[in-house]
Order: sequence, then structure tokens, then C-alpha cells
Amino acid sequence: MSFNYNDMIAVSPILFLSAYSLLLLIVDASLKRPANICYWLTLVGLVVSGFLTVFTYNASGNAFNGMVFTGRFPAFFEIVFVLSAALSVLLSKPYLEKERINFGEYYTLLLFATLGMMIMASARDLMVLFLGLELMSISLYVLAGFVRRDAKSNEASLKYFLLGAFATGFLLYGIALVYGASGTTNLSVILERFSVTQNDPLLWIGAALILVGLSFKISAVPFHMWVPDVYEGSPTTISGFMSTGSKAAAFAALVLVFSYSVHPSWQLQLVIAYLAAFTMVIGNLIALVQTNIKRMLAYSSIAHAGYALVGIAAANSLGRTGVLYYMLAYTFMQIGAFGVVSVLENKEGKYLQISDYEGLANKHPVIAALMALFMFSLAGLPPLAGFFGKYYLFASAVSAQMTWLAVVGVLASVVSVYFYLNVVVSMYFKELPEGSTSVAISKLGATALIIAAAAVIELGLTPGYVVALTERLF
Amino acid sequence: MNLELVVFLILAAAAVVSAILVITRKNPVTSVLYLVFNFFIIAILYLFLRAQFIAIIQITVYAGAIMVLFLFVIMLLNLGDDKLLKWKLNSKRTIASLIGLVLLAEILYYVVNFVSASSLAPGSESMGTVGAIGKILYRNYLFPFEITSILLLAAMVGAIFLAKKRFTEGSDGD
Repeated sequence: MSFNYNDMIAVSPILFLSAYSLLLLIVDASLKRPANICYWLTLVGLVVSGFLTVFTYNASGNAFNGMVFTGRFPAFFEIVFVLSAALSVLLSKPYLEKERINFGEYYTLLLFATLGMMIMASARDLMVLFLGLELMSISLYVLAGFVRRDAKSNEASLKYFLLGAFATGFLLYGIALVYGASGTTNLSVILERFSVTQNDPLLWIGAALILVGLSFKISAVPFHMWVPDVYEGSPTTISGFMSTGSKAAAFAALVLVFSYSVHPSWQLQLVIAYLAAFTMVIGNLIALVQTNIKRMLAYSSIAHAGYALVGIAAANSLGRTGVLYYMLAYTFMQIGAFGVVSVLENKEGKYLQISDYEGLANKHPVIAALMALFMFSLAGLPPLAGFFGKYYLFASAVSAQMTWLAVVGVLASVVSVYFYLNVVVSMYFKELPEGSTSVAISKLGATALIIAAAAVIELGLTPGYVVALTERLF
Repeated sequence: MNLELVVFLILAAAAVVSAILVITRKNPVTSVLYLVFNFFIIAILYLFLRAQFIAIIQITVYAGAIMVLFLFVIMLLNLGDDKLLKWKLNSKRTIASLIGLVLLAEILYYVVNFVSASSLAPGSESMGTVGAIGKILYRNYLFPFEITSILLLAAMVGAIFLAKKRFTEGSDGD
């Protein structure tokens, strides 16, 4: 027997979610009006697999012949993915009903994507990492094109698919070269042989290609071209899910490859640092001139990938902590911001321009307050979650003798304050336009927003608790 | 001369002839059919090397799936016009041919200098059998193997959803 029940328990969140999504598919196919039942079942499934994750937290080690990691690192990221998926699902029902696309497949595909992310974060073998990435990407390609009557949604899906397939090619080629250099795809065996293989240029070419493939998924400059179009065209709840869950999954993969296995040489560290610097600067600068709020959030999401890349470039334990903490904090604030858009927007495209938000505080004071909170946190103002995330990341750059990178990061986030506060100023200090009607806010959507806002405040007030979870990962 | 060698020579000759026919036929459909023939012969050659698994995969994947894809593309493109298929020399093709020649020279150089009879000695008898691959697949690679099944299912669900005639709720077939 090559596996035992301990293995099964150690990866129980993945096993449970895969079985559950198959069940959901059957429910969807056998009922006449399955969408509502699928919605609640999906939420239940995500909550259960979140609970299972807690039990696997202390099972450090590996399972299935060294194919998957178990324990702290995957458990932490699995919780991030489950939270991201659960908040997106919670926001989805009112949004999908508004768009009249409330189909059961949406929830199954969303669970498949979550499953792919979980597999990526627990990959101890490059093959598992690749399969997880593909499972996540293929589900997201379809979800991006879920509004089929909308040309923009179709465009988003096709663009994401074509460029994503291209990036996958880079990743796969990189894996092949790393395999050629070290004779294995297993990350810990690559680590064991690292002292021998580190002088082999083949390994570094392979590592660079893997970096390109994953940089596409985290939307680092110059692999970011797809982001604004895809986030703008996709259903808003999916944009939120993509910009948090799939980004966190790709960062988990980056940590696994570059922080755990192939320790970056100083040259590669410098390459990643340049990527981070360009991503922060360009993302924030282009976000300044956006008038569409979804595009603005897309560029802001590019910039945030840059901040988190600082932690990968620093390649020390503080950087790892920073990446993990930031992914959790970023999930709440970004889903919150996209969530506000999804709650307000309607079929005619209202509330997609930043100018539509003028005077929102008079009409919907609670929603405006929540949006302001998410904007403050994204801008990195203390004492919210975004501030501490940036603090840990920039501190890691300083301790890795890359002070210049921290300076670039701080300057870039100063620039970002302008366009985040622009939204707040529109909501609070501009007059309500004549003849504007108020929007019916769904209770489910509001619940999700309040949960996200509470988490943003809580993570900012007690960051030490999460930081303690990010120690002794492997 | 033993029987195996005779059969091998016949098959090898057939493989070379069919490969040449693939690139000399005018009608693309005829070319594709010669290519299928060529794939079948190569599958038999794999069997000579006792690589059953690759032989079966060669037939199911290449002769089966990929050839159907080729035929589809040819029918979609509707290549009736002979003028489009005429070979004309331009800069793109010159560069492509040069790169091809460099690659060929590289392979020949490698074969002449580094490949010896000992490096071509057969591996373990059971290495390429279906059983040996199955064992590795279900023991060492059980986890990725199972994920692959979910991956294919996800792709299938997505493809069917996107191909359905149902644009909004209640419009069609809901």
C-alpha cells in the first residue's frame, strides 16, 4: 500500500472539497431550479473544509509519497482561499440574480478553482503544482466569461485563456529544465541536490521560466497586460475572487519554489526585486488616471502584487511572514472593494465609473463607510490591515540589504493614497447628482462586506496573532 | 538474417516512404492519411522496443485524437486553392529553413560523437510495459493522477457551459 489513512486525514480539506464539488455537480444536474440550493450548499462546503483545515494545521510533514505538503503552510493558505471563496460566494447570489445568470455551474466551477488553489499551496512536487495551477486557471477562464450575452465578458474570458495558456507554456518549460538539471520534480529533492546543481545554468534558466509563468498569475509588470481587461469584463464577484484567491495561490507557489526549494542566488533576487519595483511603480501610476472603478481596482491589484513580491525578493523569514500576512489582509480589503462595486452596480453599467460614487455617503451611509474603510486599508493607512502588511514586507527588504526597494515601495504607496482617497472624497465631499435613485442593497451582500470590514480592522489591531501563525512553516 | 530484422527493415522502409508521401502529396487529406499510416508503423516499431505503453499511446493520441484534429482544421480551412499551397521563397521561410538546418546539424553532430552502441543498449525488459507504468502511476503518482481526473472534469463542465444555448435565466433550456 502506498498511502495510508494518515495521508488522507492530512489532506482532508482537499479530499473533502473534491468529493463535495462532485456532489454539487450531481445536485445541479438533477434538480429543476438548482441555483439557490447550490448557493447554500457551496457555503456549507467551504465552511466545513475551512474547519477541516484547522485540524490539519499541526500535521506537519508530507503525504502521498512526498507529493504534497501537509501542515502549517498549506493550512494557512487554504484558510485564505476558503475565506476568499466564501466571501465571493456570499456576494455572488444577489449579483448573479441582478445579472440574471444565477446558474448552478457557477458554484461548482468556483469550488473547482478553490480546489486548484489548495493543491497549488500544498504542492511538494512541481507536477502537482502545475496540475493545481491548471485546475484553478481553467475554472477561472470559464468563470470570467460567465456573462455570456456581454461581449466584454467574452473578451475577458478569451484574453485570459489565450495569455494564460501562453504563460502556462513558460511554466512548463521551466519545470522541464529544472527537471533536466536536478533529475527530479520533487521540490525537497531539488533542495537536497541544490548544493550540486546550483552551478548549473540550466537550473537557473528553468527557475527564471517558472518565475515568468507565475509572474503572469500574480500579474507582475511586465506580465500584467491582461489584468485590467479581464477584471473589467468578468463578473465583479469573480474579479474579486481572481484578484485575491488566484493571486494568493500563485504567491504560495512562489514561496514554495523560491523560498523553500530553489534559493534564489543574489542575481535572481535582484531580478525579482526589479520586478517588484516596476510592478509597484507602474501599477500605481496607471491607476491614477483610471475613471472606471473596476479598472482602477485592477491596477491597484497589480501594485499590490508588487508589494508582496518585495517579500519574495527579500527571501528571508520576515519576507515569508510578510507575504503570508499580506495575502490574508489583501484578501479581505480587495474582496471588500470589489464587493461594494458588485452590490451597487446594475445591469445598465451604473456605478462602474468613479464619478458615479459622488455623494454616495448621503444615500447609502453604511456602504460608503465600508468602501472608505477598504480604500484606507488598501492605501495602507494605520491601524488597518494593509498598513501592517506593508510594514512587514518593507522591513524584510531592509533586513535583506535592499533598502532602495523599501524606499521605492513607500514612495509608490504614497502615490497610491491619491487615487484611493479620490474615491472617498467623491463619496463624502461631492454633491449628490440630480435625480439619482437609491439602489436596493441585498442583505447577503452587506453581510459579506461587514465580515470583510471587521476582519480588516481586527487584522490591523492584532497583527501579532497572524504573524505567530506564519512561523515554523515547513 | 533473423525474422525480426526482416520485419523491421520492411516496416522501416514503409515508414520512410509514407513520411515522404506526406510532404509530397498535393491533396492535404491524402497527406493526413499517409501520416496516420506512418504513425501506425512507428507504433509497431515501439512494440519492437518492448514499449507497449508508448505504442498504445501513439495510436490513441496521435493516430486517433491528433489526426482527427488535423482533419477538422483542414476541412475548416477549405484548402482547395492550389495557389495558396505553392512554395515561395521569402525571408521568413529562408530563416526558418536555416534554423532547421542548424538543428539538424546539431542532432547529427551529437549522434556521431556521443551515441555509442553501449548507450543504445536496451533497458530493463519490463520498463515500458503497461503494468510497470501503471504501478508507478498508482503508487508514486497517485495524487497527481487523481487531480488530473478532476482537472479534466472541470474543463468538461466549463466547455459544456460555454457551449450551451442558455444566455440568461429562463431564456432557453433552463
